[in-house]
Amino acid sequence: MRKFSLGKWTLPVYSTLAFIYLLIPIAYTFVFSFNDTFKSNISWRGFTFDNWVNVCDQQGVCEAFGSSVLIGVISTLIATAMGTAIAIAIVRYRFKARSMVNLLLFLPMATPEVVLGAGLASQFLSMGVDKGIVTIIIAHVMFCLSFVVVTVKARVASLDPALEEAGRDLYASPSQVFWKITFPLLLPGIMAAALLSFALSFDDFIITNFNAGPATTFPKYVYTAASKGIPAEANVVGSAVFLFAILVVVTVQVRGAIKAKRLAAIK
Amino acid sequence: MAFAAFGSGGGGKHSSPTKSNGKVALFLLIPGLSYLGLFFLTPLISLVVTSLEAPDPSGAIGVYQYGFEINNYVYAIQTFWPHIARSFTYALIATVCALLISYPLAYFIGVRLRTRPLLQGLLLTLVIAPFFISFLLRTFAWRQIFSSDGVVMQFLHATHILAPDQYIAGTDFMVIFGLTYNFIPFMTLPLYTTLERLDLRLLEASSDLYASPATTFRKVTLPITMPGIISGTLLTFIPIAGDFVNASPEFLGGAKTAMIGNVVQSSFLETMDYPTASALSVMLMAVILVLVSVYVKKSGTEDLL
Repeated sequence: MRKFSLGKWTLPVYSTLAFIYLLIPIAYTFVFSFNDTFKSNISWRGFTFDNWVNVCDQQGVCEAFGSSVLIGVISTLIATAMGTAIAIAIVRYRFKARSMVNLLLFLPMATPEVVLGAGLASQFLSMGVDKGIVTIIIAHVMFCLSFVVVTVKARVASLDPALEEAGRDLYASPSQVFWKITFPLLLPGIMAAALLSFALSFDDFIITNFNAGPATTFPKYVYTAASKGIPAEANVVGSAVFLFAILVVVTVQVRGAIKAKRLAAIK
Repeated sequence: MAFAAFGSGGGGKHSSPTKSNGKVALFLLIPGLSYLGLFFLTPLISLVVTSLEAPDPSGAIGVYQYGFEINNYVYAIQTFWPHIARSFTYALIATVCALLISYPLAYFIGVRLRTRPLLQGLLLTLVIAPFFISFLLRTFAWRQIFSSDGVVMQFLHATHILAPDQYIAGTDFMVIFGLTYNFIPFMTLPLYTTLERLDLRLLEASSDLYASPATTFRKVTLPITMPGIISGTLLTFIPIAGDFVNASPEFLGGAKTAMIGNVVQSSFLETMDYPTASALSVMLMAVILVLVSVYVKKSGTEDLL
């Protein structure tokens, strides 16, 4: 092992530095959510809980957060349903034009967001559609769909078809097989896909900006605020979302590790 | 693909398509695929159509009629050539920086920590942690950190590393710095997926045959992990080339850092010059399609997702 390692300490030290680089802006945003601001949130003026306690006092922050959550939930539900169906089809069924389907699913992930945003906006423009919450949701479902397919596909691929066959052998109807066997087994993958989709929708700014019209989302609020200085309350929302997301992910991982240990002990 | 790293379990044991019941497959595929047809493919066509439109005879701003104005492209290239060049230069430099930062990091998590899966998982979470805080907030944080009256700049000025009239905010360096930062996870994840599967016995064999660590890396590790490098490069380069947040003056950019994305967004949403915005988008998309088709030719379509 030692012979081909790059030196014992170089890699851990390098990685630690990289992690510090990755985490600096997060720490900064978190720290400045406690700043006792006056007009702008640029220099440190003292510690306070005010911004956290009275988040909604800052005009527009909570409304923007609310509409982002609403848009995120609706887009996630639609994208997850359609994406899961596609993932099952791709893994389980043989069909013609398979490579075309793969390509069609890959391209939205490979297209720059300005192109996706401007394209959809130009289509809404030529159709005379008024932009608003609905057009944002349409856009979000579009770019979340492929990510759902990728995530669920991994789970479908690791599913043993023998389990479903056993169900059929025991005279379960196709819908019973799906809801009692396939769906519960796919659920962790579907949940992961839904979380990813929500995160993508919640954080999207570029595509949203092209298709929002007068509607505001949290990222759009931050962008508009940036020219005159982002209020500390926006840092509060960002930090709270971050802490929540990290908590969820770490809990899932630790629980998974404990489960794996138990399984190993049984074996 | 990179984002499979988010999903649980990627074993392809049962992955060969077994059934050929066309009707069920069609039923499952049609809603999603027609959605993509309607809201992904048609908009691309709509972009091409818009990019060829001519101004309305009435001269009203933001009103155009169908046409075949190839000149829109000539105009877009002539006027915005610096922005096009800048976008691809920034994207190239930032992608290389992201690769140099990500490869050792991914190697550390994927190879060195292979015996400690929980730590691996937690560090991977740290890699994607920036995704959990708003993209705009974390970019803005860098602007604040490097702002002219911030601590970092005071230090750099006091130690004469920078001359008193030199600033970082608004420079090419700042924009590339931000772009690199924001897209590192897109590079690290695919690298991690390939490095995690790297067979260590191959490295042992190489060192048994008296190859130096550097030769082993160059002749064994690097070629084996090339798929990860290519897919990470695509996933990083493409969004960077189209980004406009980092380069905009409200965030990390200045007067001379505007990229294609900035022009598209201001032409589309501010000056309502839809044909120019569309022409630039179409050209950007064309470059991306060339990159993707090279990738598909090399590795096929099954590995795309």
